[in-house]
Amino acid sequence: MSTEYEAVIGLEIHVQLSTRTKMFCGCELSFGDDPNVHTCPVCLALPGVLPVPNRTAFEYALKIGAALDCELATVSTFDRKNYFYPDNPKAYQITQAARPFAVNGKLGDVRIHHAHLEEDAAKTIHTGGSGRIKGSDASLVDFNRGGTPLVEIVTEPDLHSGAQVREWGQLLRATIKQLGVSDVNMEEGSLRCDANVSIRPVGSTELGVKTEMKNMNSFRFIERGIDAEVARQKALLEAGEPVVQETLHFDPATGELHSLRSKEEAHDYRYLPEPDLVPVVPTQEMFDEARNSLPELPADRARRYEDLGVSEQAALLLSFETEWAGYFEEVLDAGDSLEPRVVANWVTGELSAELRRQEDRPLADSNVPPASLAALIGLVARKKISHGAGKTVLEEMVSTGADPETVVADKGLEQISDSGELEKIVLQVIEENPKPAEQVRAGNEKAIGALVGGVMKATQGRADGGEVNRLLRQHLGL
Amino acid sequence: MSDIELLAASGAETAAMISSGEISAEEVLEFWLGRVSGDQLNGYLWKADNEAALAGVNVDGGALTGVPLAIKDIFCTEGVPTTAASKILAGYRPPFTATSVRNTAAAGMPMLGKTNMDEFAMGSSNENSAFGPSLNPWDTGRVPGGSSGGSAAVVAGGLAPWALGTDTGGSIRQPAGFCGIVGLKPTYGSISRYGMIAFASSLDQCGPLTRNVTDAALLLDVLQGRDPCDSTSVGIEGGVSAPSADRLDGLRFGVPRALIGEGIEAGVLARFEDTLIRIADLGGEIVDIELPHAGHAISAYYVLAPAEASTNLSRYDGVRYGLRSSDEDLLSMYEVTRDDGFGPEVKRRIMLGTYALSSGYYDAYYGRAQRVRTRIVEDFNTAFSEVDFVVTPTSPTVAFKLGEKTADPWTMYLSDVFTVPISLAGIPAISIPAGLAEPDGGGPELPVGFQIAAPAFAEQGLLEAAYALETAIRFDGSAGLAGGAA
Repeated sequence: MSTEYEAVIGLEIHVQLSTRTKMFCGCELSFGDDPNVHTCPVCLALPGVLPVPNRTAFEYALKIGAALDCELATVSTFDRKNYFYPDNPKAYQITQAARPFAVNGKLGDVRIHHAHLEEDAAKTIHTGGSGRIKGSDASLVDFNRGGTPLVEIVTEPDLHSGAQVREWGQLLRATIKQLGVSDVNMEEGSLRCDANVSIRPVGSTELGVKTEMKNMNSFRFIERGIDAEVARQKALLEAGEPVVQETLHFDPATGELHSLRSKEEAHDYRYLPEPDLVPVVPTQEMFDEARNSLPELPADRARRYEDLGVSEQAALLLSFETEWAGYFEEVLDAGDSLEPRVVANWVTGELSAELRRQEDRPLADSNVPPASLAALIGLVARKKISHGAGKTVLEEMVSTGADPETVVADKGLEQISDSGELEKIVLQVIEENPKPAEQVRAGNEKAIGALVGGVMKATQGRADGGEVNRLLRQHLGL
Repeated sequence: MSDIELLAASGAETAAMISSGEISAEEVLEFWLGRVSGDQLNGYLWKADNEAALAGVNVDGGALTGVPLAIKDIFCTEGVPTTAASKILAGYRPPFTATSVRNTAAAGMPMLGKTNMDEFAMGSSNENSAFGPSLNPWDTGRVPGGSSGGSAAVVAGGLAPWALGTDTGGSIRQPAGFCGIVGLKPTYGSISRYGMIAFASSLDQCGPLTRNVTDAALLLDVLQGRDPCDSTSVGIEGGVSAPSADRLDGLRFGVPRALIGEGIEAGVLARFEDTLIRIADLGGEIVDIELPHAGHAISAYYVLAPAEASTNLSRYDGVRYGLRSSDEDLLSMYEVTRDDGFGPEVKRRIMLGTYALSSGYYDAYYGRAQRVRTRIVEDFNTAFSEVDFVVTPTSPTVAFKLGEKTADPWTMYLSDVFTVPISLAGIPAISIPAGLAEPDGGGPELPVGFQIAAPAFAEQGLLEAAYALETAIRFDGSAGLAGGAA
């Protein structure tokens, strides 16, 4: 019998903080500006300069630490991590190694080993050749990004599949977004994820040899990359070959993994305490502010929505998007004892789909104020209009901003409440569709769908689906 | 006002002449720029003209307005070549000025020029300058000490009334001692390091080299202060004022006898003992003390300082400024640039430091050296619970001959045996001239320095004691003053 393996995955996530200025100097943060316009002697590492820590960055970091349920350090210190590369002008990065600002946290079911503050590297662009330094004609450095405050979050190896990493990553992203301390935009690089991947026989508690996957810029790619790497490692072990410790790059275009460097080529970073900075000792006010200012975080919000009866999927969708959650709650508040489950489905289902269909409009530009949607859902709930008619009304509301009562009146969409009238139409549809009618009579219940559709068409969606069903079944002898 | 009087005048005396109207600030500057142009000591790496000397200088800066200053070439000066005496920075002109120099300019002091030094402040003789050593004005066949050798030589040799230097393990005090002037290393953190090219960040400290103790106090007061650009700076609370003590009654001076033993020249020891007698004459009490770990200071220092230097000097990579020797590919740009740009002593220390920080060696070297440093701090704390000051000779020898110690780095390092423990402790210390002595083996008489150390931020008391002693010693530096210019 072949051995069953499980994947063991730990993540290192870099989050660029959205402070106004850089981590150790007063240069503004920017994205997409001309190269090297946001620089100064400090972030260019001219001789004689000294770093001065950004207080706001530290406050933002503490919020992240608090949101990840970490112990916040009463004293944290900075260290130098030494390596030569043109994007690293001091040839050392100021980071926190020995005493990070936050340790021992948890988000969802993943433990956080620690989170530390550091500065981002500059951006290098290699012109000519493949875009990598080898074989390029020239290398250019843009120092605008250099010195951007970064929080690196390091998890315990608590993840076990690409899909789990994607889901947890999305939760982390939503959580940090909620804090308002980062844009968490993976394409722009304000959120970057490295994964350490190993596999081991199921039941084993020892960790296998790990490989590191660098800088993947979407959670979909991360999922695919990890799945590819786990498969590669399994194939190696099954063929009796060892996994070699190395750093890998996943190419989402080809689905291939390339080795960036082996263990032998790994840097010796020669860490030492940063002598230019004194230890950071946050005040009690800073700790209190970090903890007390936390908004309701996505995981808590999702749990609260589920407790209200909202489906898990809708609860997650709403919780990951603060704007949608806010809208959802406003609709709930505006409506007259609407069911949260129903409202959540309208918001994440019909409204979201209709906005996307009509020019991909963001929620903020929607013509549908929460009160209008609440009114529409109320009309459906009170069976004034059918669900189908509701969708027609919503389409009109999104496109013109009209209120639902007006649309219902103008289009004559009010539900047929006279059951005699509806029964007449039902009988007519049965007569005009003998084939499905016969199938239903013969016991094929699924065939009833065609008849329901016929009735809806005949009534222009104004019939109540439940009533139509009841009448059809009655007349077909079910 | 004769040139001889002006040449011999201290900074404070020159300031008094200007404010009394005896002489104008313009005349003072013209005189000193003339002296500088005749530099025979290779003391200056860059010499200002009138316009450059006055750039950014506040013409109404207060009591010291118009007294010009020499600046060690380790301080960044906007638009003015700043090399740290290294080929790797040849031609480099910073876009900003160091806080210390901004402070002296704000106080009205013109800049005479940038003084020679050991490359990146690594050395005790000035022979590690990429631009040739500066010379000792008392005997131009001898070194002025280092690393602030140029600053000491120009002040002692009549090429500047006073100067800025930096001290990491003795780089102000030792050359001041060798050249017969006053050198003060203030408490770590009292003066901003912003714009001072880093050697070993946890030890580097700016300080004055002056003709007398009063000048050291006046200049320190201009320099000290908290700087928002330097997180490690705190300043000296209440500042510093000109000292006036004439007695040492009730003050206890600790002598770490165990430290002052082997390798010390007979003449140096004799002047040291003379000075202890003077202290007693002035009412001070001499007490034997122990600094049990100070004997390990040089070893610890030569792990810690190179470790910090190895990372501080990594920025000289040919990418953004300074020398770039090759651009064949990235690795050769780094290697050839740094091989061409750095001198042998700098390379030696980068390699020492890189090794000490390497994975697997960190605890054995850097970690252990840090623990020694902590013990030394504790030694001084214990000592200062019993005495007000700790005194030693500044150096075990008088100024040695050019080339005498270049072949043996360890002997050269021992030149700082009395200054390094104080640097590791971060406390203030001053070197004042204690008289002249022949070197062992004979030769002309040369200055001997006497070092006084005090608890952190006790600069005022330190300066008072040094002033009383200086007044009693009445050292005559005129033989040096004559030696600087043609």
